[in-house]
Amino acid sequence: MTQPPGSTSTAPPGPAHSGLTAEQRLGYWRSNLTLTLILLAVWFVVPYLLGIIFSDNLNAVRVGQAPLGFWIAQQGSIYVFIILIAIYAFRMNALDRATGVDG
Amino acid sequence: MSVQVWTYILVALTFSLYIGIALATRVRDTRSFYIAGQGIPPLWNGMAIAADWMSAASFLSITGIIAFSGYDGSVYLMGWTGGYVLLALLIAPFLRRFGKFTVPDFVGDRYGSQALRALAALTAILISFVYVAGQMRGVGVVFSRFLNTDITTGVVIGVFLVFVYASLSGMKGITWTQVSQYIVLILAFIIPAAAISLQLSGNPIPQLGFLNIVGDLDNLQRELGFPAYTAQNKTNLDIFAITMALMVGTAGLPHVITRFYTTPTVQGARTSAIWAIVFISILYTTVPALAIFAKTNLIDSLENKPYASAPAWFKNWEKTSLVVFSDKNGDGLMQYRPGAAFLKTATGGNDFTKPDPANANELYIDNDILVLATPEVANLSPFLIALVAAGGLAAALSTASGLLITVSGAVAHDIYYKLVNPNASEGARLLAGRITVGVAAIAAGYFGINPPGFVAQVVALAFGLAAASFFPLLVLGIFDKRMNWQGAMAGLLLGLGFTLVYIINFTPSLGGTGAPADLFLGISTTGIGTVGMIINFVVAFAVSRLTPAPSAQVQELVESVRYPSGTLTEAQSH
Repeated sequence: MTQPPGSTSTAPPGPAHSGLTAEQRLGYWRSNLTLTLILLAVWFVVPYLLGIIFSDNLNAVRVGQAPLGFWIAQQGSIYVFIILIAIYAFRMNALDRATGVDG
Repeated sequence: MSVQVWTYILVALTFSLYIGIALATRVRDTRSFYIAGQGIPPLWNGMAIAADWMSAASFLSITGIIAFSGYDGSVYLMGWTGGYVLLALLIAPFLRRFGKFTVPDFVGDRYGSQALRALAALTAILISFVYVAGQMRGVGVVFSRFLNTDITTGVVIGVFLVFVYASLSGMKGITWTQVSQYIVLILAFIIPAAAISLQLSGNPIPQLGFLNIVGDLDNLQRELGFPAYTAQNKTNLDIFAITMALMVGTAGLPHVITRFYTTPTVQGARTSAIWAIVFISILYTTVPALAIFAKTNLIDSLENKPYASAPAWFKNWEKTSLVVFSDKNGDGLMQYRPGAAFLKTATGGNDFTKPDPANANELYIDNDILVLATPEVANLSPFLIALVAAGGLAAALSTASGLLITVSGAVAHDIYYKLVNPNASEGARLLAGRITVGVAAIAAGYFGINPPGFVAQVVALAFGLAAASFFPLLVLGIFDKRMNWQGAMAGLLLGLGFTLVYIINFTPSLGGTGAPADLFLGISTTGIGTVGMIINFVVAFAVSRLTPAPSAQVQELVESVRYPSGTLTEAQSH
């Protein structure tokens, strides 16, 4: 769908997925949804449950001088976000390659 | 050399660099002007996203806000990074596959509704505008403090600079200035942070160093009567709602989403999301560490020290009323204690002529000075202090330029070209884009010089509105093929309307009269976008199921953003 440089076409995209069979499309979308749901579950559990709701319980454990719940809220969850985005990009880009198609 | 000389040198060097990049990347077509010709490699786009994203507030204010709110400040750290997970998984690759110029472009085409396109454009303008005024103010504050100009001069210089490079080179030039601005701002942030970390904790890596002293800060705060630094003060529900509102708001900010349009491929959009979160996290994991160092330093250097021999940085910031001392007990010593040092004015500001007799706190310290003052507090070299000034300017300018292009896209592309004059020539559209950048820059400068009360509420407003509007609108547009314009419109109006009314009602500077006790479930204005988003989702879903399904053409469009195009490319065919 990339346009040649300088093109200013704003026409709506046509039936751009026509290169895939209905079965391939269904499989592609299922894989995408499954991966997304798993990653979003982790996205929810780490900051919201570990970093907020149950942070008091975790604070008994220490990372250096820092209580664990506090550390997850201010450091750990951010590292998890990086990992989640990386997994999604690598898996989906691999899926695109396996399907043998351009984005 | 003095701090001021170093600041002049660094500001002159960096500003010349930004102008030089703009001259080298001048554009003559709208595709380059709005989406950089879709030729930005993922690594550099990730860096540009990071600079676009990290504003004057991220650089100057957040460390201070976290230093003064401790654990509760986590909402900003989790919210402004976790939003990228939503952006990367739910929005960016699909909007890149759609492949037009702006976010309202997608909304208008996806819902087949010019009314929604217009509403989306107006929302994008409102959100971006609220945001950009704060950036111009940031430029003014840095100039006034480091170069001894008045704030107005600083803002005028900032407006002129951004106008020149944004109108000349559009998104293409902005991308490469943002890349250079990221490098300036991140160096300016982590070098002083590493120096302070080494000084206070013996470890130059702030993310590890703070682990050695945070317990000591907890004890120090308890001794002075404050709650422990790592203790939670807001309710779980409020922290939850604020974090969620900031996350979904992040994923719905048009100026960030637009940056994902500039990569050559969908795969590139996904990869730039990885780079973006990495570059952003370098700053956001340093911020909480620096907050702890800064707070420790601040208490150590002021608490119970004689006012007469206050350090030089204290005297400097006193001139701008960003630190104010009032000797309530007349002992000549500065006592830093819980509570507000001064009474409030009718509009919610501080009245520095009236010390608050209800508590023993004698010091008012503005959030914004912590990053700017900390290198001085820690006695770092003049070069490093000047570098922080250049970094603050880079953060403000990079975000301002991204916002101006978004406003320009919404006005000149979505409203002028798509709605008013579809026959406009390429040249006329480009000229309209450049003029809009100029007008928006001047208007932003005006509000930077004469900040209305709402500038302080920028966070609540911009993120709340984005959370209640674009996030549901885009996610439903991609993931729910049955969603139609009736549902989207109803959800948008109710979600956005509720959020706007709630924030105004509970914000005195916007004329609100709501009492804090009446807050819905105790959720503060910054967190209410979460409720607005839920309203939007629920209403949109219900209305769409009671009205006809969208046209075959619209459903076809939804299909087309979900799946790859199915055409083998040269690179992938072997």
